Amino acid sequence: MSLSAAEVLSGLAEIVNDETGIATDAVQLDKSFTDDLDIDSISMMTIVVNAEDKFDVKIPDDEVKNLLTVGDAVNYITKAQG
Amino acid sequence: MVHKVVVTGIGATTPLGGDSKSTWKALLAGESGVSTLSQDWVAKYELPVTFAAQAKVPAKEMLTPQEAKRLDPSSQFALVSAREAWLDAGSPAVSPERLAVEYATGIGGIWTLLDAYDTLKERGPRRVLPMTVPMLMANGPAAAIGMELHARAGVRTAVSACASGTEAIANAFNRIRDGEVDIVVAGGAEAAIHPLPIAAFAAMHALSKRNDDPAGASRPYDTQRDGFVMGEGAGTLILESEEHAKARGAKIYAEVVGASVTSDAHHITAPDPEGTAAARAMLGALEQADSSIQDVAHINAHATSTPVGDIAEYQALKRVFGEKLSSIPVSATKASTGHLLGGAGAIEAIFTVLALHEKTAPPTINLENQDPEIKLDVVVNPRKLEGSNILAITNSFGFGGHNAVVAFRSVE
Repeated sequence: MSLSAAEVLSGLAEIVNDETGIATDAVQLDKSFTDDLDIDSISMMTIVVNAEDKFDVKIPDDEVKNLLTVGDAVNYITKAQG
Repeated sequence: MVHKVVVTGIGATTPLGGDSKSTWKALLAGESGVSTLSQDWVAKYELPVTFAAQAKVPAKEMLTPQEAKRLDPSSQFALVSAREAWLDAGSPAVSPERLAVEYATGIGGIWTLLDAYDTLKERGPRRVLPMTVPMLMANGPAAAIGMELHARAGVRTAVSACASGTEAIANAFNRIRDGEVDIVVAGGAEAAIHPLPIAAFAAMHALSKRNDDPAGASRPYDTQRDGFVMGEGAGTLILESEEHAKARGAKIYAEVVGASVTSDAHHITAPDPEGTAAARAMLGALEQADSSIQDVAHINAHATSTPVGDIAEYQALKRVFGEKLSSIPVSATKASTGHLLGGAGAIEAIFTVLALHEKTAPPTINLENQDPEIKLDVVVNPRKLEGSNILAITNSFGFGGHNAVVAFRSVE
């Protein structure tokens, strides 16, 4: 059963918190991973791999560069769960 | 112009304690940091050695989860001890361009390396974390400290097996002495209590196999010694030019007066039985200190508790000190701490500094029957060191034929 966008956001926020220490409630749909949350590329790759495991989806490396905001990632994951 | 170099801060996390004070206290109390390993991999791999000297306080308990996640255990120990040392030195204001790091490891991030290889085999390349390389590199501890303290005068890593920590201090001493920098954060760390290094050191018959008596296993100079005990942790010293330290009114533990690094070119693991190059390292440190053997009031020996190594060091000591040797109190502190490999020289430098500062030589535990071939005055109970402006040396030797010696003088 696929998760709702809100559930994906909450799960993603936990992954971001675990990797970076950023508070889960700061991880909001309109936030940019780099500009707002100051997440570097190394953390981003770790977050992507952990998100793949958690949500059972594939996020190709070519796609990662399009995921600029938390909302982009939530949309991608929600759709990819299909 | 040659600059005087002093020690203004110390920090340690060791099998005896989570900081330098508790470590020193436990050392003076004659405690052992060695115990039976409870990890499941000991039985799983049927390791021939089932004990080690694990850090008293796991480093990740002293770091945030995010810090711990991005650092190999060796770097975790390094950062914990460097923070203590920096704070102890009064968090000195120093220009980043005059602040350097000289921080050693013997092996580097071996937990990270081997965990990542397991991940690769079990889950494929995409699951190998992107932080793997910076975590496994031998300069990881030095880099972590340099980043934290904004050191921009060079961050370097001596890698010379069990001489690494002392070599890092020697390098630090020379940089300040030559006027290149004002402060160096110097030391060494190791976190190699992992089944592979245990199996590998055991394969070369370097480790004690006293599985039924772990606390008695590290017994330098004893007739029943049968190898060293693996230890883990880190030690950090803040070395500073005397003028910089005095200008800011810093507390001074001791002066660093000489350092020397030589090499045997004899055998990849066995020490030169004649001890010629090891002796030259001791003499080199004394020469740089503008001192003679008569000035030496205390020696912290390398003394790992291997049958061959302890004798070889004794031969080198005899070569240097001759008749004088019998009147110098010698401490072999690996009896309590185990052997921290790349961290050993650093914590033993701290013990040497504290011995001078508190005028007390620390005890060598487990010495029941002293090897009759080793005629040293071994300190078995804490012993008062008499006199002022007295000198002490600390020796470290490593596989590869590395010899490193640092000499300290008490400051009254």
